[in-house]
Amino acid sequence: MIRLTINGQEREVDVPADMPLLWVLRDELNLTGTKFGCGIAACGACTVHVDGVPTRSCQLPAEAAAGMHVTTIEGIQGKAAAAVQKAWQDLDVVQCGYCQSGQIMSAVALLTENQDPDDAAIEAAMDGNVCRCATYVRIKAAVKHAAKTMRA
Amino acid sequence: MHLPMLLRQAAATTVEPPSRRQFLKGAAGAGGALVLAAALPVPARAAEGAAARIMGPADPRPLAFVRIAPDNTVTVLVKHLDKGQGIMTGLTTIVAEELDADWGQMRGEFAPADSALYANHAFGIQGTGGSTAVTNSWDELRMAGAAARAMLVAAAAAQWGVPAAEITVAKGVVSHARSGKSAPFGALAEAASRQPVPAKVTLKDPATFTLIGNPSLHRLDHVSKTNGTAIFALDIRRPGQLTAVVARPPRFGGTVAGVDDKAARAVPGVVDILQIPTGVAVLARNSWAAMKGREALAVTWDESKAEKRGTEQMLADYRALARKPGAKAARKGDTAKAFAGVAKVLEAEYSFPFLAHAPMEPLNATVELTADGGAEFWAGSQFQGIEQPTVAAILGCKPEQVRINTVWAGGSFGRRATPTADYMAEAAHIAKAYAAKSGKAPIHVVWTREDDIKGGMYRPLFVHRFKAGLDKGGNLVAWEQTIVGQSFMAGTPFEAVMVKDGVDATAVEGASDMAYAVPNLAVDLHVVKSPVTTLWWRSVGHTHTAYAKEAFLDELAAAAGKDPVQFRLALLTGHPRLQGALRLAADKAGWDKPLPPGAKGETRARGVAVHESFGSFVAHVAEVTVRADGRIKVDRVVCAVDCGVAVNPDVIKAQIEGGTGWGIGHALRNAITLTDGLVDQANFDGYEPMRMSDMPAVEVHIVPSSERPTGVGEPGVPTAAPAVANAVLKATGKPLRDLPFSKAGIV
Repeated sequence: MIRLTINGQEREVDVPADMPLLWVLRDELNLTGTKFGCGIAACGACTVHVDGVPTRSCQLPAEAAAGMHVTTIEGIQGKAAAAVQKAWQDLDVVQCGYCQSGQIMSAVALLTENQDPDDAAIEAAMDGNVCRCATYVRIKAAVKHAAKTMRA
Repeated sequence: MHLPMLLRQAAATTVEPPSRRQFLKGAAGAGGALVLAAALPVPARAAEGAAARIMGPADPRPLAFVRIAPDNTVTVLVKHLDKGQGIMTGLTTIVAEELDADWGQMRGEFAPADSALYANHAFGIQGTGGSTAVTNSWDELRMAGAAARAMLVAAAAAQWGVPAAEITVAKGVVSHARSGKSAPFGALAEAASRQPVPAKVTLKDPATFTLIGNPSLHRLDHVSKTNGTAIFALDIRRPGQLTAVVARPPRFGGTVAGVDDKAARAVPGVVDILQIPTGVAVLARNSWAAMKGREALAVTWDESKAEKRGTEQMLADYRALARKPGAKAARKGDTAKAFAGVAKVLEAEYSFPFLAHAPMEPLNATVELTADGGAEFWAGSQFQGIEQPTVAAILGCKPEQVRINTVWAGGSFGRRATPTADYMAEAAHIAKAYAAKSGKAPIHVVWTREDDIKGGMYRPLFVHRFKAGLDKGGNLVAWEQTIVGQSFMAGTPFEAVMVKDGVDATAVEGASDMAYAVPNLAVDLHVVKSPVTTLWWRSVGHTHTAYAKEAFLDELAAAAGKDPVQFRLALLTGHPRLQGALRLAADKAGWDKPLPPGAKGETRARGVAVHESFGSFVAHVAEVTVRADGRIKVDRVVCAVDCGVAVNPDVIKAQIEGGTGWGIGHALRNAITLTDGLVDQANFDGYEPMRMSDMPAVEVHIVPSSERPTGVGEPGVPTAAPAVANAVLKATGKPLRDLPFSKAGIV
């Protein structure tokens, strides 16, 4: 049994120690908002916050997440999360939407640290998140829009 | 002739399209008498599909296109897969407009699989592709909305005892000014459902549209896709479901020779291992166990018929073939005679790699065998009209016993629409084999990213060889083009119709029907064979024909000493919509003004390209910086699109932005290569997708138009990369003839 704290709740899962957190979330806890895209931490679709740090859950063994606070798209809250989700909606960022949970998790982490990111800072924080629909123009605009909301 | 027409013909040969009589009978049987059908003043085929019924609380039956509920929601049943292109929003907008609904009350829902009710009129069966969704639903959904509105009005007139002609409808409210009565749609839904369907409906004057063309409508999925609640196929969880991954042959054309599954069966969570036509399936309690189980499999492969060439060898073979005459795809004038009198001859070869679609959501489908011998699927289903009969043939049931629940798809770019229903067929084979051995269980087949990248169904490898002649005045007088590549129709039920006299129309579209007025034209095609599986890929033949044509045209413009925009405009007489898009893009990009210079050692330049695909007209102007080290950065792209009536201007902009990224991203560095028949790439490390730092600023301008709306999912792709290549040609003098650009060391 591995004990995890997911979105503020204590959860116990009976899985092999090396099962990536991604599959614990999706297959064991039915938290399917976190997506599988590549399995090698190259696309960011599986991004969650582990103790507040954006983390690729496909590369984090369940055992290593024990005792840490894991936040998924289903559990994000706070000023940055609200601003980011609203900005994504205001600008109609999504197309297929499959990568957007991960994009939003990365954007929330960025804006929690830096409420006035320039283009270079946005690209540095978001380049690990692939969008095959290439919604990048709007993602960048939405991050700026959210930052502005947070500063207001 | 373009893809949708061909598909329609091909589909007609494989699946019997429903006759009108069958349609009416089927529709009545499915849900009662309220069917809006053939008496409407529109083309017969559109009318056949236009069944609108209004549901009240006493009538919970499923409806064809529109459902109005007592809670005042209006649900449009969307027959096309929304894989990001925004069609659920688009089709809902069309109904809402004619219905005079309030946008806030509109909902969308994927229609069930039923080609009798939900055929794509361009195909003859249910399916999404070829950027056809808006244009083929335009008539039937306008009529459906108008009919539902008329029934609401009739119900109100009867209830209030007032003339229907005095009743007005706005924003979901039916009103009668003189009596002061009004009611929301929901309050009238039940009564309206008992009204006869009008024999004729009056469609709105487009000048009065308030929702169609409205740039501030939000997408229907903009909330569910930002909070993790949107359900994609990979998120389906059925009680007791098993996850299946399949070990497939490492070389195309290989088959299973033997399996040692002892170690795999010992992996905790692995439930069974089954041999199926595509390979060896590992069934497990969860995804991780299935993948670990597959790693532990020892499979030997029979590769006697497999492709063992590498792509370098294939390219060399293609280049040799390109120097020989092929099947005739287009002929105009006499090129041989014309070359005798030209002042200048240019020759060039262009090459294009295999490309994977790699949609963000890997391929997957869940299937449950049903008690009646059929099956129920949950999938990002794109070709229901092919999937139903294909699965039915595997299971030995009727196509209508294959129920498909279409759910959100995390991209497709062509990959989920296959002539073989490949991954759904695979799911059916596994479910059938497992049921025969151990009993029924829901099976969720999942392809990993490696399966996807290595799994074929690629945009084919192509070579284009050109020879063109300019006269003394620099006018283009002769154009010879020989195209070499695989046909993805070969070996499918589509081949008989789609390949005529050795010419696969999807391989030459955009070339054989080139818009430029060249008096002497010859386009040839060699269709080559290989076990490597290939498929249409976002914008199909235009992915390579537009690039080859537009890049070579700039080589010619340079040789003629002419401005690329003016050179094109002169060749596009008689094509006002191409000219219009080109002029708008050039104007908005400031083509006639010099670009601000780059930093020291940098060269900046603009390039242009224009093309028609899927009935839409798009021009791109790209601004590129070539750095001191020779590497390029695409700074900004200005696009103009003419797609007729702009149903959802913001969705159109988004699709052109995305198409631009798709076109440029792949041109920068993407290629699937083979060494000794083995795919060299495995995942997003080797097949590195475009990232935010690669993406230029994109500006999209829509040409105002009252023409019938056409698609935008694909037309943003073809001209994006050649516009960049032409900017690089301008900056460096070097044409980019071999894709991807990384081959030239500039990325």
